[in-house]
Amino acid sequence: MHLFRRGMRDGISIALGYLSVSFSFGILSVQSGLTVWQAVLISLTNLTSAGQVAGVGLIAANASMFELFLAELVINIRYALMSLVLSQKADASFRMPHRLLASYGITDEIFAVASIQKEPVKPAYMYGLILVPFIGWSLGTWLGAAAGTILPEQITNALGIALYGMFLAIILPPARKSRAILAVISVAAVISVLLHYFVSWMSGGFAMILAALAASVFGAVFFPIPENADAKEAEA
Amino acid sequence: MNRILLAIGVMALTTYIIRMIPFTFVRKKIKSRFIQSILYYIPYAVLSAMTIPSIFYATQDLPSAIAGTVVAVVLAYFDLPLIVVALSASAAAYLAMVLLPIILK
Repeated sequence: MHLFRRGMRDGISIALGYLSVSFSFGILSVQSGLTVWQAVLISLTNLTSAGQVAGVGLIAANASMFELFLAELVINIRYALMSLVLSQKADASFRMPHRLLASYGITDEIFAVASIQKEPVKPAYMYGLILVPFIGWSLGTWLGAAAGTILPEQITNALGIALYGMFLAIILPPARKSRAILAVISVAAVISVLLHYFVSWMSGGFAMILAALAASVFGAVFFPIPENADAKEAEA
Repeated sequence: MNRILLAIGVMALTTYIIRMIPFTFVRKKIKSRFIQSILYYIPYAVLSAMTIPSIFYATQDLPSAIAGTVVAVVLAYFDLPLIVVALSASAAAYLAMVLLPIILK
């Protein structure tokens, strides 16, 4: 129970950021001709931002199911990499049913918080970390779809930066302590900016993964991590 | 109506399978030190690439985004809790949106 609550607490900032993003997704869905409940159903079953926006656009354009499948595959393929990283981070108590269930909640932000934990991640923590953002995401969609004009625009816009503020709060403290992490996040930021302004046809999700992979390879080459603890134990 | 439900099903299933396969079926620990190093750095690199330059567009208005970013960087530097940094960034952005037009008038 303690772990579950800790997960929920760590999920609060994510949920706040999601609230504003899903709010605009709700508005967009209704504008694209979906009903309020269809918009909410998409958020409940997909729990992803870019993929949902693209999906709603394709539904509105009467695209084929194959196009829809292909678009989701390309936009969301980054999750495969993240869930691979998390598979290495999962505690031994993460048995098959837990893995099948928790996979549903691997978003960019939930991945980031889970993967930066010092200890192996246990299912209870993961469920708490997924539950609160899941509520924020679905609730925000419903509010946006049902009453897009209730909140003043300035407040929804200001909430949009909460998520990024949280990201900075995750990466800056370790970057202060480790030159390697500082170098990796700097390289990632520079590549991301270059891709954004000079290769602007590239989709945001793809550019993000490319920048992150290049920066991580850079880190692995110049700052390889020490041999893992298991290996050390084996030697001892 | 049914077409839309089918479309939602296709979206949900595709997204789920992408997340589920590596997490559920890669159970072995990866041994290569090089791959381990990449996997170690990826979360930091992903967060950095997600934040920059997007943070400057997050409020639909550059001056307020800069105000929010500066506040977030300073508070994050001093290791304040995530939620404090996140909400302070929003509050700073909101204040900038409301106050800057008055000050600059």
